[in-house]
Amino acid sequence: MANVPSDLKYTKEHEWVRVSGSSAMVGVTDFAQQQLGDVVYVELPKEGDSFGASDEFGTLESVKAVSEIFAPLAGKVVKVNAALVESPDLINMDPYGDGWLIEIELADSKQTDGLLSAAQYEALLREGGE
Amino acid sequence: MAARRTPLNEAHRRLGGRMVEFAGWDMPVQYSSVIAEHEAVRTAVGLFDVSHMGEIEFTGPGALESANALITNDLSRCADGQAVYAGLLNDEGGFVDDVVAYRFSPERILIVVNAANKDKDFAWMQARAEGVKPVDRSDDFAQIAVQGPKAAGLVQRLTPVELSTIGTYRFSEGPVAGVPCIISRTGYTGEDGFELYCPPQQAEKLWDTLLQEGQAEGVKPCGLGARDSLRTEVKYPLYGNDIDDTHTPLEAGLGWICKFDKPGGFIGRDALLRQKNEGVKRKLVGFELTGSGIPRHGYPLLHEGQRVGEVTSGTMGPSVKRPIGMGYVPIALAAEGSTFEVEIRRRAVPAVVVKTPFWKKS
Repeated sequence: MANVPSDLKYTKEHEWVRVSGSSAMVGVTDFAQQQLGDVVYVELPKEGDSFGASDEFGTLESVKAVSEIFAPLAGKVVKVNAALVESPDLINMDPYGDGWLIEIELADSKQTDGLLSAAQYEALLREGGE
Repeated sequence: MAARRTPLNEAHRRLGGRMVEFAGWDMPVQYSSVIAEHEAVRTAVGLFDVSHMGEIEFTGPGALESANALITNDLSRCADGQAVYAGLLNDEGGFVDDVVAYRFSPERILIVVNAANKDKDFAWMQARAEGVKPVDRSDDFAQIAVQGPKAAGLVQRLTPVELSTIGTYRFSEGPVAGVPCIISRTGYTGEDGFELYCPPQQAEKLWDTLLQEGQAEGVKPCGLGARDSLRTEVKYPLYGNDIDDTHTPLEAGLGWICKFDKPGGFIGRDALLRQKNEGVKRKLVGFELTGSGIPRHGYPLLHEGQRVGEVTSGTMGPSVKRPIGMGYVPIALAAEGSTFEVEIRRRAVPAVVVKTPFWKKS
């Protein structure tokens, strides 16, 4: 069973978002890393890149598969998890901690209303037959 | 149509295997981690359910001659108890399939074919075989591959058959864990190991015993993910990716499985000789990325801005720890050290042709 921390927001694309003030930390969920398997390569944007909500902003690759990752919210990238270049497996080991992907400066800090709560995300996983 | 299940399907589910459809079969792609399973095979021992493979048999007087005319390799030069890797070719020299042919005796030949091609191969053999006609025995066999440096030690504890007498690409028959098996020293991983063919009803007993007994060796059940990364690191072709009906053994670097001088020849021989005389124009090469990314099946290969081929297989090799791939390139780009680019998400990432296999057992 996948771990779904209650203090985070989620997307249907299996990303998590930790909003604090006008910025947000973004990663993929425990469920996503389980589905993906061992992550061996990560492609992330550069600091300063801007994205609209739902834009593809990077790629995670396992031995077997490629998965795109989508921006949960519109904004500008202010920090990228550089440790993932050398240790992409941090995403498997600690998806909600050291395996974070990027931090974004939100274009509109009120737009977070569209994100799922932990309970809603868990319901989504249950529907998916997880 | 629902995916078919091997006799080990429930065992895979109990072990937490993540099931996917492959070639019409419901198969485990991984249990815990592709990398951990891959590593188990490189350093210890792994078990694979390969019961989805097809088995086609020729029996009776003339069996060898009939089967031998269909395959590129030469069973007449084999001993009883020997197997060969071979191609089944169309008249243009392209692969209908790649197979392993087992010679029990001149009157009993078993040809093991890819799951996805089994029906096609059987119909093709039926139509082309002169003399003895083949029988589809696929439902009579389950198959478990036991692969890795500790495979022999594990299997030896479970069988009275002296495994040291079975060389590479040789086989014997006898009980393993009390289950009657064809014990074949073959595999698809680049490691020592065995492929055990047994009655489907007893496959689960064999599987469970190997898993239990193999704990001493650190055995792991392994899925299709590890099977693919293991075979890619040793550049074993996968039918449908690296070889198909439009590519010949000469292009694939498999000229060695074609015995041009064998009595009676083989289907596709004339086309191959023609290609040999005219010169092979493209070759399957192994390459490594020198930029960042992972080559994947279908990605374009570029040279001086032109598309010159595509990636047929590629991965991040768990043992070599580098992004590796294969693909057909024009002969001018096929030599070791040649460079071209792989197009990955609209980026041209540099690659260099390297010596293969990418990985060699120590």
